Amino acid sequence: MSTEAPALPRTAKRPRSREAAVKTGSSGILLIVAFLFCIPLVWVILASFDKNASLAVSWPGSPTFDNYRGVLNEKTTYRPIWNSLLLCGGGTIITVVCAALAAYPLSRYRSRGTRPFLMTIIFASGLPITAIMIPVYAMFVQVNLIDSMPAAAAFLAASSLPYAIFLMKNFMDGVPHELEESAWTEGAGMVRTLWSIVLPLMRPGTAVVTMLTFVGMWGNFFVPFMLLLSPDKLPAAVSLFTFSSQYGQVQYGQLAAFSILYSLPVALLYLLLGRRLRDGFVAAGGVKG
Amino acid sequence: MAAVAETSTMPVDPRRSGNSDPARTARRGMPLLPALVLLLIFMAGPVIYSIYLAFTNKAVRGEGADSTSMVGFANFTEAFSQPDFWNAMWLTLVFTVVSGVIGQNVLGMALALLLRKCAAWVSWITGTVVIGAWIIPEVVAGYLWYTFLSGDGSLNKVFGWFGLGPQDWLISAPIVAVSFANIWRGTAFSMLTYSAALSQLDPEVEESAAIDGAGPMRRFWSITVPLIRRSIMTNLLLTTLQTLSVFGLIFVMTGGGPGTESQTLPLYMYEQAFSFGQLGYGTAVALLLLLVGGVAALAYLKVLPKEDL
Repeated sequence: MSTEAPALPRTAKRPRSREAAVKTGSSGILLIVAFLFCIPLVWVILASFDKNASLAVSWPGSPTFDNYRGVLNEKTTYRPIWNSLLLCGGGTIITVVCAALAAYPLSRYRSRGTRPFLMTIIFASGLPITAIMIPVYAMFVQVNLIDSMPAAAAFLAASSLPYAIFLMKNFMDGVPHELEESAWTEGAGMVRTLWSIVLPLMRPGTAVVTMLTFVGMWGNFFVPFMLLLSPDKLPAAVSLFTFSSQYGQVQYGQLAAFSILYSLPVALLYLLLGRRLRDGFVAAGGVKG
Repeated sequence: MAAVAETSTMPVDPRRSGNSDPARTARRGMPLLPALVLLLIFMAGPVIYSIYLAFTNKAVRGEGADSTSMVGFANFTEAFSQPDFWNAMWLTLVFTVVSGVIGQNVLGMALALLLRKCAAWVSWITGTVVIGAWIIPEVVAGYLWYTFLSGDGSLNKVFGWFGLGPQDWLISAPIVAVSFANIWRGTAFSMLTYSAALSQLDPEVEESAAIDGAGPMRRFWSITVPLIRRSIMTNLLLTTLQTLSVFGLIFVMTGGGPGTESQTLPLYMYEQAFSFGQLGYGTAVALLLLLVGGVAALAYLKVLPKEDL
């Protein structure tokens, strides 16, 4: 490259060939990175179809669905997944509704309290939840809420609220005010304006907030691990952890199959809404206060 | 006063509205109420309660179980005198710096930069795979890396093909093993943040710098980094705080072991509070963990120029 650089004038020709080289080079590097990222995933997929799966990755001698058949029963799969859906679905609904309501005044009105409140929210979104789980546990014991799914869902909702409010507010800032003003002159209240005018205009943003909230709750292990006890209330995150102890010896094939079944809902959600994820991060960058 | 009359019918331009009328402010603040109640009960409540708890001898069993009493700073002096506490503190810092501050940020930035230059289909594949690793539930990620790195695992099988001897990574270098797993799992967040920040940049600024003869490294350090410094600082802060509180991944992969060789503060805190039943002592350790997060947050804010906030 250094030999041709001084000779050629700054025409379109040189940048184009250089651009092509850069494109090929960066594509190559990224493909290697993507390949390396895939390696840990290969085991779970192959092992789930292998009756004699071990810890090391190996091609299943005779691929079967036996592992899936083995875990697809009420106790191992259906109940934990259903519990996860109740816990995370309920928590997500609470978070998204509360965040949308809270974001509206924050986005539309300025008052002396707005900025300090937003700064608090931003800091709270970084609060290590792990660090407050012992006092939460002690509190829940005192008011007898341990092993209560609604209480666990409410806690999950509260812990995802700060980030959800922050994102929702930034999305809402992008919705023009004019349409609301006509609704207000017609006498519509704040909640009705929000529901029938603002939210329909920011569906992509709401989708991103919903997805991030749900995925975060679905994968959360520590919160249900601490707050729920009864085996019939445990979500998949915790039952997967106790999976090996249920069977005496670890059935790696079944463990892999259940891991896949458990990851499936969030993987599907990501495939459906993943394209919008970038918008969420663009919105998150707009810390204007 | 004119503004007050206007508000009864429509929202006023936010820049013009004062807040002279407390009744109006209260009415406008109403939708905040549900969120506020949840945050006060479940976030502010535990934080305040933990400040009380950390100064008591509250326990699940034994002394402190029947009658809880204030013990002053005893829990903290106890922690500072425990080698296990300092071990956990050191491992937490290593884990956070290696996997969060350096690993996820550098790799995330590198991926974000490369994603702008590469072919569209490559960007789609890489994005999907890296974000996929982030979407996967924590416990599943823990198992994947456990099987990958364990003595009979996949990595040693690959090493075997090249004639290299097996190595039990989870035993010989547990904190390195969990750090790698955490880089794998968390890089997507930094990648997405940086991609978003880079997409907001005006390409002409970089182009003109390139025409002026600035090399890629020079352009990155003196143009790109200053322009997105706010995103960089925010991202460093968030990844630091997220990494400080990682529990499930390490719990599944090593359980803090062998011995206490990968026992970071969250795992130490959990062991003290629940395996040994010392809720008061565990909470004191949790408060110290929050303190580390607070110091990190202040440090990042100090670096960031005031006008950026």
